[in-house]
Amino acid sequence: MSMQSESANTRPGRWQPAVTQDPMLHKHGALGQPVSRIDGPLKVQGKARFAAEFPYDGLCYAALAFSTIARGRITALDTTAAEAAPGVVLVMTHRNAPRMKAPSLMMSSPTAAGASDLPVMQDDEIHWNGQPIAVVLAETQEQADHAASLVRADYAPLPAVTSFDEAKKSPRQLDNLLGQPPVVEIGDAEAALKAAAVQVDQIYRTPRHNHNAIELHAATVAWTGDELRVHDASQLLDLTAGQLADIFGLESDKVRVSSPFVGGGFGGKCLWDHQILACAAARLAGRPVRIMLSREGVFRIVGGRTLTEQRVALGASADGNLDALIHTGIAAMTTHNSCPEQFTFPARHLYAAKSIRLAQEVADMDMLANTFMRAPGESVGTFALECAIDELADKLGLDPIELRRRIEPETDPTSGKPFSSRHLIDAYEKGAERFGWDRRSPTPRQRRDGEWLIGMGCATATYPYHRFPGGAARIRLTAGGQVTVSTAVHDMGMGTATAQAQHIAARLGVPLNQVSFEYGDTTLPRGVIAGGSTQTASIGGAVIAATEVFVEELLKLAGNDSPLAGLSLAEVETRDGGIGHRDDAARFESYESILRRSGRDELVCEADAPPPAEMEAFSMHSYGAQFCEVRVSEITGEVRVSRFLGSFDAGRILNAKTATSQFKGGIIMGIGLALTEETNFDPRSGRIVNASLADYHVPVQMDVPAIEILYTDIPDPQAPMGARGIGEIGITGVGAAVANAVYNATGKRIRDLPITLDKLM
Amino acid sequence: MNPFTYERASDASAAIELAKGNAAARYLGGGTNLVDLMRETVERPDMLVDVTGLPRGIEPRADGGLLIGAAATNTALAADSHVRRHYPLLARAILAGASAQIRNMATVGGNILQRTRCRYFYDNAAACNKRQPGAGCDARDGFNRYHAILGASPACVATHPSDMCVALAALDATVHLDGPTGPRSIALAELHRLPGDRPDIETELKPGELITAVELPPLPFARRSTYRKVRDRASYAFALVSVAAALDIDDGGVVRNVRLALGGVAHKPWRASAAEAALKGRPANAESFRAAAEAELAAATGLRDNAFKIELAKRTIVAVLGELTGDDA
Ligand SMILES: Cc1cc2nc3c(=O)[nH]c(=O)nc-3n(C[C@H](O)[C@H](O)[C@H](O)COP(=O)(O)OP(=O)(O)OC[C@H]3O[C@@H](n4cnc5c(N)ncnc54)[C@H](O)[C@@H]3O)c2cc1C
Repeated sequence: MSMQSESANTRPGRWQPAVTQDPMLHKHGALGQPVSRIDGPLKVQGKARFAAEFPYDGLCYAALAFSTIARGRITALDTTAAEAAPGVVLVMTHRNAPRMKAPSLMMSSPTAAGASDLPVMQDDEIHWNGQPIAVVLAETQEQADHAASLVRADYAPLPAVTSFDEAKKSPRQLDNLLGQPPVVEIGDAEAALKAAAVQVDQIYRTPRHNHNAIELHAATVAWTGDELRVHDASQLLDLTAGQLADIFGLESDKVRVSSPFVGGGFGGKCLWDHQILACAAARLAGRPVRIMLSREGVFRIVGGRTLTEQRVALGASADGNLDALIHTGIAAMTTHNSCPEQFTFPARHLYAAKSIRLAQEVADMDMLANTFMRAPGESVGTFALECAIDELADKLGLDPIELRRRIEPETDPTSGKPFSSRHLIDAYEKGAERFGWDRRSPTPRQRRDGEWLIGMGCATATYPYHRFPGGAARIRLTAGGQVTVSTAVHDMGMGTATAQAQHIAARLGVPLNQVSFEYGDTTLPRGVIAGGSTQTASIGGAVIAATEVFVEELLKLAGNDSPLAGLSLAEVETRDGGIGHRDDAARFESYESILRRSGRDELVCEADAPPPAEMEAFSMHSYGAQFCEVRVSEITGEVRVSRFLGSFDAGRILNAKTATSQFKGGIIMGIGLALTEETNFDPRSGRIVNASLADYHVPVQMDVPAIEILYTDIPDPQAPMGARGIGEIGITGVGAAVANAVYNATGKRIRDLPITLDKLM
Repeated sequence: MNPFTYERASDASAAIELAKGNAAARYLGGGTNLVDLMRETVERPDMLVDVTGLPRGIEPRADGGLLIGAAATNTALAADSHVRRHYPLLARAILAGASAQIRNMATVGGNILQRTRCRYFYDNAAACNKRQPGAGCDARDGFNRYHAILGASPACVATHPSDMCVALAALDATVHLDGPTGPRSIALAELHRLPGDRPDIETELKPGELITAVELPPLPFARRSTYRKVRDRASYAFALVSVAAALDIDDGGVVRNVRLALGGVAHKPWRASAAEAALKGRPANAESFRAAAEAELAAATGLRDNAFKIELAKRTIVAVLGELTGDDA
């Protein structure tokens, strides 16, 4: 529902993106405070109900059987033993699954949420090793798991491309890279590189990564007639509901998806086959179904970050200006999805260069669809680019921070747009001072402690600002002065609910304990996805719009008997639980008083966020400087990160505590990317070999040192609340900061992640 | 997981009686390995005989040795004051393994008989001679970073993953068994087999045989001993290479006696006898250590992903012996 037209949008006092600023850009109050998570007590008491914890009468439990070939046809599928096993309700395969439309690829339409556009269990075709071939429903999870292990399949395999080395021999051009041109050329970068006084030209490689959030992917689903209820673990509520409606041929209001608590998302908690299969099986069985993937199941059917091979070539003058910046490469992808790991994005915005060439291709393989994983593109793109910058600084004999100072651009290097707010060098300087960067020797191998060589490195972090269009928010004020703001957004543990409660308290001028934030349910006003670090700003835009309607409604209700009589939106502000004249402390009336006088017991307003015009007018990004100290054993090559500091310029920080946790979480994941994480994809079979947490190494407690976080806290004048997203930037630059520190310690450049000890022996 | 029955044995003879004649029965210790393998349907017992009720005492013997009940937990053994004082390498080896939670559950008997972590063994979709004799080995040309560089065969390149057993091998531990044909004892170093052409037969245990205890002979110079584990993350990862060592040096700086065993390199805990022989009577210095390491690894061969372990093992041996030579050892 929209209450505003274009003309309303330009009325005085309204926020016009790119033209005016959010009026509360500099207002503080509850904003910025280190408020503890409001969902914390529920979680530690076990009272927060996750997707696999919703009880239903007659609930049955699902387990999946997976294919063991990468491509071909199922020639025989024997389910008799499974069907005869104790407690089995039914076995669903392509033979008896309800007919369903295939999902459509995310971003191909407003309701598309598919990570892949392959039909789900509709035929005998196998497209990847690990594809679900049967769903077993049983009275208990153990019975379902047992029966699933009894499903037997024979296959007629077809030739499959499961080796990246093979696949990259026939690269495919992309027609777009997440809506951006896949190739950017400014001048003749190759020629400029050749002519440059100092050159770096290297290949960098990053491996596949898999999602390993602590909460396994899960859903509890129930049909009532043609109405579908889904308790999901989701960062994509409205899209999931729309896509499920489409798949099952339902009106979109017949599907309700909720997801109040999610145990980690990182891009992985979207719509995958398991929710679709659970809905289909529930319909077939006429009973509610719970599905929770095993850890192996997550590896088999939830995509991850794809592998990349990147070339970065830098040509510089002797005084450290860039004549040429080239960042090209290839990533593994499939023909049934659209996640090419946009690693050339950072180079579009970071540094001034006289000539630029950026180009990305993909190599198609027969495998599970890729997906977003914390800072898709930027995480691995900054590894290559920021290592190359470090290599260049070394060749130039310049401190790497000084080099970045010299190539700091005045406007966006590829779009030419002005920056909305950019304080990268500030972040470097603050970080360097606090970290003790001046103690770093520019020459490698100068510090040691026994067998341990010690080195320091730094790298730039960057992540774009985005505000997704299409979000709405509703404000409800009750006679007691309680405010509830509702929108179908997500909190996967980032602290959305907490930071938004603070935001609403500050925006409406009410105490935090009178604010509720409702989210996580598609019956609420439409929310945006929790992806691309966009949610905070997107909610901000919707809440600003709803607040404007709210204030205008209250001014109308206040009428002529109020101290506010005759005032317009542009002349007032919210404060102290009511509305007041901006420049006249005496002209004020409380919300309660306005409601009471107008005989109302509540006021409800809803509005859509204005379109994100700021993104068209400005180059908007968050930045950071990552500082790392490592110790490397000269005997074994083992690397230990001994200190880490991230200094960020991410706009205004809304909650010092949850933001710091976000930054730290990103850095920890970055330490995994740098040192330990790697999916072993067997090129002979296309099968993931290390599909378990024992074998897929995320960093453990002892791999993570104390991490210090600094931030500039400078509001971005173009962003709601002055805040840019912070969920993903933490992981960016970490791989390079670690690799650069390893070089400083040992004199060895490792350009191939992860930096395992064998590469340093 | 397949359906199974569960019985709790009060003592060894009850356990043996319960399992007798049933090839599909398994003894259950802490379950930290067996239950995982049952979930993967790699192990499909029809009966579990819980042996955690067997003796779990850790008792010093009159001769200065130590008798350890098979049901003692890994945590209890590592924390035992006698172990920490007289066999520090054993305490360190145990603490280098798994996680505190797993060590709290894991028993000494189960630790010894835990099975390889080769992922192809775990994945029923892969070819594995150990899981299915004659099926082939996907690890040979696959992901084999954690695999053997010593004593492997064309049929199998898997490693024994235990840390504790490496220390036990260095200490000349004896394993006490009981079974349908009566009690007997076997040296730990003889208990596990090399894969040969029957990698499915992993130990010298006879059907239905039970580990009842482990005995450590006295070894006074083991007070100067340690365990170093090299792995892919700082904790909670299996060894790429590990070294257990005890060193006895005379006043002239000559090696009087030495115990050395390697983990992560073979189908069994690897007692480094060649290195020990090369060291005895030699000066305790880096050259001798390196020569001994070279002697031990002379026969080592690398696979696609693990050739680096040959040099890594040598360096780790030298480093550990060097550490034990130092004053603060
Ligand atoms: C994630 C993870 C990480 C790990 N990391 C390490 C590591 O770094 N280093 C390391 O050394 N280990 C590691 N382990 C393995 C761990 O040490 C073993 O799982 C544990 O020691 C097994 O002991 P248990 O009592 O649980 O054995 P169970 O799982 O109960 O049994 C294992 C086997 O022993 C048999 N068995 C048990 N008791 C007896 C007995 N008395 N007589 C005869 N047979 C018996 C069982 O039948 C079974 O075949 C790890 C395990 C996990 C799950």
